[in-house]
Amino acid sequence: MLDKGGGQQAHAAAEEVARRSYGKLVAFLASRTRDVAAAEDALSDAFASALTDWPRNGCPRNPEAWLLTVARRKAIDLFRASQRHPSSPEQLELIEAAMAVPEHNEIPDERLAMMFACAHPSIDAATRAPLILQAVLGLDAKRISSAFLASPSAMGKRLVRAKEKIRQAGIPIRVPGHGELPARLDTVLNAIYAAFSEGWTDPTGSDAARRDLTDEALYLSRLVVSLLPEEPEALGLLALMLHAEARRRARRSASGEFVPLAEQEQALWDHAQIAEAEALLHRASALGRIGRFQLEGAVQSAHVDRCRFGAASWQHVAELYDALYSLTGSPVVLINRALAVAEVEGAAAGLGAMPDQSADPRLAEYQPYWAARSELLARTGAFKEARRANEIAIGLERDPAVRRFLERRRAALPE
Amino acid sequence: MQYLLLLNAEEAGFMRMSPEQQQKGMAAYMAYTEALIKAGAFKGSNRLQPVSTATTVRVVEGKTQVLDGPYADSKEQLGGYYLIDVPDLDAALSWAARCPGASHGIVEVRPIWDMGPAASAGA
Repeated sequence: MLDKGGGQQAHAAAEEVARRSYGKLVAFLASRTRDVAAAEDALSDAFASALTDWPRNGCPRNPEAWLLTVARRKAIDLFRASQRHPSSPEQLELIEAAMAVPEHNEIPDERLAMMFACAHPSIDAATRAPLILQAVLGLDAKRISSAFLASPSAMGKRLVRAKEKIRQAGIPIRVPGHGELPARLDTVLNAIYAAFSEGWTDPTGSDAARRDLTDEALYLSRLVVSLLPEEPEALGLLALMLHAEARRRARRSASGEFVPLAEQEQALWDHAQIAEAEALLHRASALGRIGRFQLEGAVQSAHVDRCRFGAASWQHVAELYDALYSLTGSPVVLINRALAVAEVEGAAAGLGAMPDQSADPRLAEYQPYWAARSELLARTGAFKEARRANEIAIGLERDPAVRRFLERRRAALPE
Repeated sequence: MQYLLLLNAEEAGFMRMSPEQQQKGMAAYMAYTEALIKAGAFKGSNRLQPVSTATTVRVVEGKTQVLDGPYADSKEQLGGYYLIDVPDLDAALSWAARCPGASHGIVEVRPIWDMGPAASAGA
């Protein structure tokens, strides 16, 4: 008879293995059949078997290999069923052999290859991050959809379609060769950053699904860094996210109000994370290939320095934004650059450096554009115009704490 | 896996070229075909007559309708294809990028629906 304690223990063991090994096992199975959905099905079957078997017979010595053995059997059944015509015995043998538990039970880590398949340029760009979260981390469509503000059924359909594309179009589950690597790595890093940003939009961390997403993104980013330690942009992305994460607790006051960077209580910053981010940026710069994430990380680093040591590094910040703009051409970069220019050359120069709304119609709906305009206009004494820009910014903001912050700024504007 | 590379381009572009330029264009395609054959990836290829020669047929409620002209009336037209056999999509995409048609038009890459050993036995 199984006692309750043993059952709970087995449950906990299965969950622990699930968290640690899920992506590894899915990647191992899927890279051999190119069928991500079938690999996931096979694995969830194996986890269900574990929950009935382990409490009865005890946890196996190598839970990962146990799960793979069970999942493999299921995967072969699924493969056989998925073929529209009977496969030849030789073909099945080949697949079985490829999925065999490797010698010494050492299952190769093919999660990076899986990430490259999920972020393949032929996969819909908006689905890449959700697909990585599901295939590599095992997040379910419901959790992913709430994090990305999509309906669960719509998200489910997108994920199914993407997995079908991997199988039917023959997208390889493989790390690309040297020549292609930088361009392809870029899409992987962008997907990870998209996951992080989605989590970041819930700054208080009260929404569990989103709060977790920043942790998951950090986990994925560390994974990429550990598997590609010589890729400066991978290091840059991790540094950028660590810098943001380090200041999370300081972004809100005790009463939940938004606190701008310059007024943050530095004791609330995570200085270990900041130190790690700085070390990563140093490592990246030694590799001698600059990129978007390294530059954004460097901007964060300059801001932190400015606050910590009071060093007047606005000129440096403006230069970093110049470099970033020449790489990305992004109007968002121009907004940030204009704020730095205003610190160096005055508010009027800052206003002149702001991107033109007619150049990119999306700016009209971009809250930070109007907030920045309002700040700069106020500094030049154009209070009426500043008030108008501030009101538009308030109307565009969805976070109540930021909205209240903007309202306080408006109240402080002279008539 | 087999993929069909569908070469879409503006037909008028070729007509506007000088005979010399046309010759050069043809040579590029021949070199590309040769490279595919050498790599063992070539399965078949054809160039199509211009869309002015196209006729569309469909049967509506038992009645056959025959119409002059191509199915899709767009700026670029389907002008030819390559059928290739390569390990995966990345290999197909890199062949598509090398195709001269990708430089003066658009190459659509479509995986072939695998109909099983019986269907492909004759191929």
